[in-house]
Amino acid sequence: MTFQTSRQTAARSMDAWNWLAVPTLTCLMLTLLFALPIRVFGLVPPEPVFLMVPAFVWAVIRPSILPPMILMVSGLLIDILWGAPLGLWGFSLLFGYAGVLASRSFASGQGQSMNWVWYAITCLIVELTAYLVTLIDLHAAPSIVGAFWQWAVTAALYPFAHQLIERFEDADVRFK
Amino acid sequence: MAVIVAGVAGLGLLLSDRRETYKAEAYGAGRVVVDRVVAPAADVLSTPADWARVLGNGIGDYFFAVSENRRLKLENARLRQWRDAAIALEDINSRYRALLGVKIDPPIPMVTARVVLDARGPFANTRLANAGEEKGVRVGQPVMSDAGLVGRVVGTGPGISRILLLTDVASHMPVLVDRTNARAILSGDGGPNPTLDYLRGIDPVRNGDRILSSGDGGVLPRGLPVGTAVKGLDGHWRVRLSADAVPIDLVRILLFKDFTDLAAQKALQASKMPPLTDVPAPVASSSVLPPPLTSKPAPAPVVAPVAVKPAATKPVVAKPAPAKPTALTAVPPKPVAKPSAAAAEPVR
Repeated sequence: MTFQTSRQTAARSMDAWNWLAVPTLTCLMLTLLFALPIRVFGLVPPEPVFLMVPAFVWAVIRPSILPPMILMVSGLLIDILWGAPLGLWGFSLLFGYAGVLASRSFASGQGQSMNWVWYAITCLIVELTAYLVTLIDLHAAPSIVGAFWQWAVTAALYPFAHQLIERFEDADVRFK
Repeated sequence: MAVIVAGVAGLGLLLSDRRETYKAEAYGAGRVVVDRVVAPAADVLSTPADWARVLGNGIGDYFFAVSENRRLKLENARLRQWRDAAIALEDINSRYRALLGVKIDPPIPMVTARVVLDARGPFANTRLANAGEEKGVRVGQPVMSDAGLVGRVVGTGPGISRILLLTDVASHMPVLVDRTNARAILSGDGGPNPTLDYLRGIDPVRNGDRILSSGDGGVLPRGLPVGTAVKGLDGHWRVRLSADAVPIDLVRILLFKDFTDLAAQKALQASKMPPLTDVPAPVASSSVLPPPLTSKPAPAPVVAPVAVKPAATKPVVAKPAPAKPTALTAVPPKPVAKPSAAAAEPVR
């Protein structure tokens, strides 16, 4: 009876709205909030890539056909919001997503600290992809310091990814 | 499979995107639609932050009123001296202009806009302002803050305009060093201090030199303040932007047209040159002086506008001022630059 109840709860929480739509909309809203022209004591807030969190979790727990499409569309919206070249973040996030998929078989099921390292490496792949694409597209090298800071604040978002994993990991037995 | 399909779509979009160009259609209808949806929401969301900033400034003004008063008095005394000097220089300048018959830059109208979005990552440094094509904003127009040049417009729509900042990795702006008149290209890299590329000459720039827009290429007026030169840790000359000194919540978009648009095109196109058949055949002579192209010199009224125009039609890559004295080079560079700033004053 208990087993049946837990399965029902997991199945209910894995619906497309909770699993795909809520994280995407939350990330887009946070991106918009952090893009507001706010200065606190002369300092500007950082600009992390919030979509990295669901991109990582979607690839770790249950890869399917929808997440890449959502990442592409969300990436386009971020490009427009930030005024970046169209396709830059969609393409870079997909690169990170593909990296997680490739390493999933031997990296999943580890402890929190190892998952954090895995997530940070994925963020690095995404930043490097964006860096190289910009370098090739514009024939100009973006600031390495700026890219490093963006990677650092994005990597610091792992606790949110961990929360999502904790919430949804029971929904797919392959992750166990 | 889905990853590959989405990735190919993203790559195709990347290859086709040219946001940094001066073509209005390059911005795309999709961007305009999203910007139009996002701008009002961002405007509302940023209102509490504006209130907090005004409150903070008010508290600061209250507690630091005495020291601020002393500083302002000193600054006022210095500015009075500068005002007297400016009046004297303006008088001399107007006499020179009258004597030489110089055609000065026309006044530049401008519109004020509020920044509602601010992207500041390493790969995109842009801002979204809430004034668009209904106010005459067009792609390519320069944008200034109270302190200096901020960037240029790369996209417009009804009620919105996208500003590409000088710090963006796609930004390349022709500038000059005020002290030496040396030209350079200011290139952004996503960091706070863009680099000075293509500097020429011996010791063309020093620490603290003032950097202005050069007006080369005709897409920007000459003499807009950009910042001061500093030597970067990597050895490159960089510019500490003047606009960084103040928050860029309000910007002024200069409704500047290319000077080729402002000149009388019909007069420029009315060629007074003799037909090519009158040109004498080239002679392999050892003479030092080249043979004249025509038997009579070109009439003065045609030379004057053409002489003014090259500032707008020169290639973007900067080169030093020509050595030969002509109708254009006889004009001192600074008085030509001043009318732009002077024109900006009444609108402010």
